[in-house]
Amino acid sequence: MHPDLSVLDPVSFPPVVTAARPGDAPGLDRRSCLRLAALAGGGFALALYLRGPDAAAAESAAATAPGAGGDFTPSLFIRITPAGAITVVAANPECGQGVKTAFPMLIVEELDAPWEQVKIEQADFDPRLGRQAAAGSRGTPTHYEPYRRLGATARALLVTAAAARWSVPATELSTPGDARVVHAPSGRAATYGELASAAAALPVPDEKTVPLKEPSSFRLLGRRIGGVDNPRIVVGAPLFGLDVRRPGQLFATFLKCPVFGGVVRSADLAAARAAPGVRAVFEVKAPGVASGVAVVADSTWRAFQARDLLKIEWDEGRATADSDAAFAAAATRLHDAPLAGDPLRAAGDFAAAHAASAVRVDARYEYPFLSHANLEPQNCTALHRPDGVELWAPTQSPSGARDAAAKALGVAPESVVVHMTRIGGGFGRRLTNDFAAEAAAIAREVSGNPVQLVWTRADDLQHDWYRPGGFHAFRGGVDADGRVVAWGEHFVTYAAGYDTDKVAGVAGLAAAEFPGRLVPNVLIHQSPLPNGIPLGPWRAPRTSAQCFAQQSFLDELAHAAGRDPVEFRLALLAVPAAPAPAGERGPVFDNARMAGVVRLAAEKSGWGAPGEAPWPRGRGRGIAFQFSHLGYVAIVAEVTVSPAGELVIDRVVVAADVGRQIINPSGGENQSEGSVVDGISSALVQRITIEGGRVAQSGFADMPLLRIDQAPKRIETHFLLTDNPPTGLGEPVIPPVPPALGNAIFAATGHRVRRLPFNAADLSWS
Amino acid sequence: MSTTLTVNGRVHELADLDPATPLLWVLRDHLGLVGTKYGCGQGLCGACTVHFNGAAMRSCVLPLAAAAGQKITTIEGLAADARLTPLQQAWCDEDVSQCGYCQAGQIMSATALLAKNPRPTDADIDGALAGNLCRCGTYQRIRRAVHAGAATLPA
Repeated sequence: MHPDLSVLDPVSFPPVVTAARPGDAPGLDRRSCLRLAALAGGGFALALYLRGPDAAAAESAAATAPGAGGDFTPSLFIRITPAGAITVVAANPECGQGVKTAFPMLIVEELDAPWEQVKIEQADFDPRLGRQAAAGSRGTPTHYEPYRRLGATARALLVTAAAARWSVPATELSTPGDARVVHAPSGRAATYGELASAAAALPVPDEKTVPLKEPSSFRLLGRRIGGVDNPRIVVGAPLFGLDVRRPGQLFATFLKCPVFGGVVRSADLAAARAAPGVRAVFEVKAPGVASGVAVVADSTWRAFQARDLLKIEWDEGRATADSDAAFAAAATRLHDAPLAGDPLRAAGDFAAAHAASAVRVDARYEYPFLSHANLEPQNCTALHRPDGVELWAPTQSPSGARDAAAKALGVAPESVVVHMTRIGGGFGRRLTNDFAAEAAAIAREVSGNPVQLVWTRADDLQHDWYRPGGFHAFRGGVDADGRVVAWGEHFVTYAAGYDTDKVAGVAGLAAAEFPGRLVPNVLIHQSPLPNGIPLGPWRAPRTSAQCFAQQSFLDELAHAAGRDPVEFRLALLAVPAAPAPAGERGPVFDNARMAGVVRLAAEKSGWGAPGEAPWPRGRGRGIAFQFSHLGYVAIVAEVTVSPAGELVIDRVVVAADVGRQIINPSGGENQSEGSVVDGISSALVQRITIEGGRVAQSGFADMPLLRIDQAPKRIETHFLLTDNPPTGLGEPVIPPVPPALGNAIFAATGHRVRRLPFNAADLSWS
Repeated sequence: MSTTLTVNGRVHELADLDPATPLLWVLRDHLGLVGTKYGCGQGLCGACTVHFNGAAMRSCVLPLAAAAGQKITTIEGLAADARLTPLQQAWCDEDVSQCGYCQAGQIMSATALLAKNPRPTDADIDGALAGNLCRCGTYQRIRRAVHAGAATLPA
């Protein structure tokens, strides 16, 4: 079982758009096409099909389904009944990023229906619905135009139906936004419901010829819209994976070896089998599922109680040699040794530029492994039958859940049904579907009974797919004009296993944008440490960790050169970024957009405001920026540190450029505010430590998350709207948060903290 | 052996349950009240918060035996006659939730706070809700919603 990283592949954007028209956003899936279907009781439904192997199979299956006529599909984005009921399907996993609200808004905007009257319905997994994943902040760039085209095409069909009914040119018709088509010259009007059956009989226009609205005429996009599930969340209605209750449901717990990769040597299951309410106790053996013992009982608590009676001897395996101390010692050896091997990246003449620099700084930074710590522990409910398995899964990748369950059971993926529940926190953890594979394998042993696999909090912290730690050794040089002219970095990171030099998929240096294309003389090496730790994507993979080291070190260079940290960064960004070296992939990085958010963050925070008195000792602010997931973000953090070292985060100002349109400002600001808290939590209090190949922490006592009384007193978000395609907000605000905080702590106290978490450092001053 | 448990004004007779069973699992697995969430099982995250005779209490560490005969209210019992309380409405109006998993517990703690202190300061809110983790980081909006809910109450 390894994380499905294909869903994280960067969206390929053309160079910066300077004169874009509405609707020309890249990311349109050119393999898609639209199909129209009549509903059984009249009205119509509009579906997006994908052309490709999956879609061909799905269409073929639909065509042969009982009662289906050719193109009819039960999985649809838009349904309009003759009575006027409008339903729009939310196809993507909702883990708190707000897509169950924002993406239907795209459809409803172009459909010109009143938002409050549209019913939003969560889809199950269905390949005909296109990409269904919560990963890489890719949702917005992927769906922004295609979903609007779905709405616009439905609207065009309704307008065409009205034109035919009244024998008037379609150009004389309008849709005022209340689910009606209006003919102003004659004063006639018809509701979408009245037109639905006629519209269902029309040929579907080529979606590429259907006009999209000018942004100036948006009625819905840009409005603050509350989450569609809010009324259910606040009354505790069942929504989440752990809320699934099926008739006759059983509950399971799964005990795995605390050492990564360890397997059952022998197991005494008798005491657990005799415990109250226990239905089955067995060793789980299935492809892609970790070795361990499952207990199935008639309640979660009874399953947990019986688990404590298991007597298992483990063959702990090779990972027992892995520990934080061993990794740190290896990193130090590598950093102390002469650089070896080919550089990851080289430009200019680093050695000469460094030697000639007016100011030189060397520093080493490090940060620990992190757990995702979703508040809803990993879980999945499964019902196994002779012909397949049905899953109710809080997963960020339902296709991955299908594949993981199919592999575990040795069945065809088509025999796996995946129902998508609301997700109690994603953060990348639920891109790895180990919980789905385990639930399927456990359900097979109690076939015919739905069973809910529930991980304990300790299971969740000790069997995560961790954000890799890392060790950076920097050598920097600044010239007499205050320009960074030399950037040397040796990054010690983690390999994809023991016997490989390959860097783990989520562990490599993200050097393509920064500093690679900004600093003329660069020399970057990367060394992977062999290890047996499960590594996986953690919100803004790579940059969420590395930005701390890089933007903190950049701050060190600014201070060493006697420059203002904002001016120093703007000077770095003032030159056009060098083009990508031949063969280097990755999105285009636009210095001007980054400079724009640096300026905005500085301005909104009052940085360098005329007449401002110097801040007293113990108060400070810091700035940092990062390009990630197609978004440009700069952050200013303001802190107060008492002489005893107690930290208060007074204010955090976020400036973000994610293109020309914020779909839902309430949701967008919420993502920003949450990312600030997440970024602070990750850097201030969180840490996973490895000892003897196992995780030392077991709960929120030793692996805390940030609490409300530690959170910033105020968070402000400012969006810089630029004429670029809209991009996602789930991740890009995170990376600059830790270095902005560290740079503020330095400004307040003079302590340069180079090792996370911050709360392990002594911040006292006198 | 039978235990009498009163939840949201309804009396339940529960047979054959270990009196040490945490109230959380009785609510979720035996009474079907899944609005009270499992987050840690150690009383450290607050997702399982219920009202025990009006006071906020972590149900994951409250044995059934201690809950028996007491007045227990869960998130499902706050809205009378399908009408949201002003605080629940404020939670919607301020669009607090991201994933939403912790919010039932947050609302239970905040409801208990407002019952004692109808005009809390930010510091009061932080003090009363410090036991409720929000992994998505909606703390700023939680403070706003508590103030908005408080504004509907007589001071």
